[in-house]
Amino acid sequence: MINETQKLDIKLFSQNPDMAPTRDGFGDALVELGKENVRVVALTADLKESTRVEAFSKQFPERFFEVGVAEQNLVTIAAGLAVMGKIPFITSYATFSPGRNWEQIRTTVCYNNVNVNIAGHHAGLMTGPDGATHQALEDIALMRTLPNMTVFVPCDKEEARKATKAMTHIVGGGYIRLSRDASPVITTDETPFVPGKANVLWESKRPKVTIFACGTMVSRALFAAEELEKEGFGSVVINIHTIKPIDSKTIITYAKKTKCVVTAEEHQIAGGLGSAVAEVLAQNFPVPQEFVGIKDVFGESGKPNELFEKHGLGVKDIKEAVKEVVVRIK
Amino acid sequence: MERLTEKKLAHLYANANRIRELIIESLLHAGSGHSAGPLGMADIFSSLYFHILNHNPKNALWDERDRVVLSNGHICPVQYATLALAGYFPIKELLTLRKIDSRLQGHPHRNSVPGIETTSGPLGSGLSQSIGMALALSLDKKKNRVYCMMSDGEHQEGNTWEAVMFAGKTKLSNLTAIIDRNNIQIDGFTEDTMPLEPFRKKYEAFGWNVIDVDGHNIEEFVYSVLEAQAVYEKPTAILAHTIPGKGVTFMERNYLWHGKAPNKEEAERAIKEIRSLGNKISHE
Repeated sequence: MINETQKLDIKLFSQNPDMAPTRDGFGDALVELGKENVRVVALTADLKESTRVEAFSKQFPERFFEVGVAEQNLVTIAAGLAVMGKIPFITSYATFSPGRNWEQIRTTVCYNNVNVNIAGHHAGLMTGPDGATHQALEDIALMRTLPNMTVFVPCDKEEARKATKAMTHIVGGGYIRLSRDASPVITTDETPFVPGKANVLWESKRPKVTIFACGTMVSRALFAAEELEKEGFGSVVINIHTIKPIDSKTIITYAKKTKCVVTAEEHQIAGGLGSAVAEVLAQNFPVPQEFVGIKDVFGESGKPNELFEKHGLGVKDIKEAVKEVVVRIK
Repeated sequence: MERLTEKKLAHLYANANRIRELIIESLLHAGSGHSAGPLGMADIFSSLYFHILNHNPKNALWDERDRVVLSNGHICPVQYATLALAGYFPIKELLTLRKIDSRLQGHPHRNSVPGIETTSGPLGSGLSQSIGMALALSLDKKKNRVYCMMSDGEHQEGNTWEAVMFAGKTKLSNLTAIIDRNNIQIDGFTEDTMPLEPFRKKYEAFGWNVIDVDGHNIEEFVYSVLEAQAVYEKPTAILAHTIPGKGVTFMERNYLWHGKAPNKEEAERAIKEIRSLGNKISHE
């Protein structure tokens, strides 16, 4: 049962849900921020158009810096700007930023504790035909191990817009994970978004499992829940848009309610959302957990949907994980 | 910057030697740390904090201050000693260097102690941070300057050259890089480890103004900074040729002292030599 309080997009379960890439929401928010706050600046590493910073660069040319293909310099210049009170957003592909420049992020952003906001574009299998070199599947793990770092994985374009805007208010560094291809629009501008507060999007009357999902896996989890409901199997779907700080309270509450959980993410199982949820539950209320995610392999070229099927990230894979986890309850 | 009189010059040399003493004392108490680099940069740090910089030790976050970034963060004992001597914090606190709960971390950390502008140490990232600061000052139409202290060895880092390229492109004339050209790094001489020459030509090729100076000739160094301030169309790199371990004969030019602290006996010998150095200060 869809949670009415969440004001989700009613077309989501129709034949033709609205589709949009999360990177578009980021680009829209950046322009809004440019108008609202003169301290906001943007930098890119030769990826102005595809990282959706072009509109900002045209409207605020004096606050935009092109650093060329140099991701280490990209983040470290931003750290210097932030030390001086600016609020920089830096854009590149997630494999390079935060992939290539991780140590600079650790030292000059996180340990320095300054508000540099990192947009990791083209994350996950959604990058498609570019292949494994450009499909970041490790970025959540890289970012969530860092003190003074907040990690957002928005589920759709609208949530990406809200998360981007929220990033200017956080203390320390921020990371937002974004996708290249269009994905279903789940939320509306009325859907609540509070950093660090998970959203319960679906809750059946007598749920037997809770599915914690992030990013592009949230819509798949909802589709799985809808099919399960039709099969007479109740579930809960929770959108963990903030991986760090994670909403332990909601996770524990629903683990107690359903006694088993499934996590779903377009990321390596090692170190991602599933690991973060397991860390919370192992310490507070251990229950059986199944992980839907990338199983210690690299991606490859292909269409996003083909890749999701091949790598076990489809709706049917979530449903299978649900069936497997419920029988593990002692 | 006020005029550099003979009297002021003598004062700057005397402070440099006092800074050297404080470096040795703090390293002795710490039991670890780098000796050669800090000693080699004492003359330059004295010149900066007691003559060149616009700053206020009693109000470290004064908005109109110039910024100093220590890209080669491992030589922080010289910056700590200079800051303490200038009055940013008590001199006795230097003896807490590298110890638990100390404000004087092994590498500089932003706001840990007054006068440290940003976190640095992992080589190659100071120039990029300095660029960010210089860009912010330009955006805010401020006249303050940014001085980035760098080592020669860190020019083996790719990140350094990304920054050099960017500063050349953006003609950041409010940025001055002061490079400690002391020819040593942990594994040996720079030209054996990974050659950096022709150093000057590399910077010139990236669109910088370059000035070679004797890093122990304070007058020459001060004039090089004045020249950097007068060049409006380019950033300036001051290649300061220094002697690692300067002032302590048994440490001078010996790369084995790059990453080592003196023991008690060595520290006593070092301080004795510093106190009787040249004829510029009175003997002990």
